[in-house]
Amino acid sequence: MDRERMGSPLARAIGLGSAKSGVEHWWAERVSAVALVPLTLWFVASTIAHIRSDHAGFVAWLRGFPTMVLMILLLLALFHHTALGLQVVIEDYVHSGLKLPAVVAVRLLCFAVAAAGILATLKIAWG
Amino acid sequence: MSRSRPLSPNIQIYRPQLTSVLSIANRITGVVLGLGGFGLVAWLVAAALGPQPYAAVQSAFISWPGQVLLVGFTFAFFLHLCGGIRHLVWDSGRGFELGSIYASGWAVVAASVVLTAATWVASAVLGG
Repeated sequence: MDRERMGSPLARAIGLGSAKSGVEHWWAERVSAVALVPLTLWFVASTIAHIRSDHAGFVAWLRGFPTMVLMILLLLALFHHTALGLQVVIEDYVHSGLKLPAVVAVRLLCFAVAAAGILATLKIAWG
Repeated sequence: MSRSRPLSPNIQIYRPQLTSVLSIANRITGVVLGLGGFGLVAWLVAAALGPQPYAAVQSAFISWPGQVLLVGFTFAFFLHLCGGIRHLVWDSGRGFELGSIYASGWAVVAASVVLTAATWVASAVLGG
């Protein structure tokens, strides 16, 4: 109790962890990174075979159920990880009033692009 | 400021080292790969729109500038992947000795070069 009242603000803050949501951000970045290891390796390996295929070949590949599921998972993990990473970059270099709008804009852009990719995947698979 | 105060040395004072170069490279490749994600979605959306838009995107990918860009993205991907795995090992509390830091750093560089080359050789052999 005495330490609570008499200690300096620093002494009271030490050991309590982040004052913001840094821990969750840090964890989400790692979890999405772990998910992206197999997903991106799958993507690169299968793109090697499909980079030159025509529209019919590409559609036939994406219509496979495992391909569709993996592509959607890739888009989710990729743009979640991208949003988290770009947020840190913005917070490190932008110190004006633009910081918050930039973070919000990046979040929304990543969400919109991920949604576009997922909808395109579903349209090809089921359309 | 009226008085010039002593400043701590800033980043441009130091000679670039493997550690600092890989640190900023991980960040730069992360931003580059974010842009690459937009390319992936452009590919998917074009395919969803039909054969003509798909052919337009495909011809951009197969053109010389497109191929150079894709090789760059491949290298950025492997550098970020290997650098990210190095970070995950550090997150477990391991590999912080100076010798390990440099060994893992050079391993990341070597693996990225080898994997990029292997990917494009495989693409030429299998995807042609």
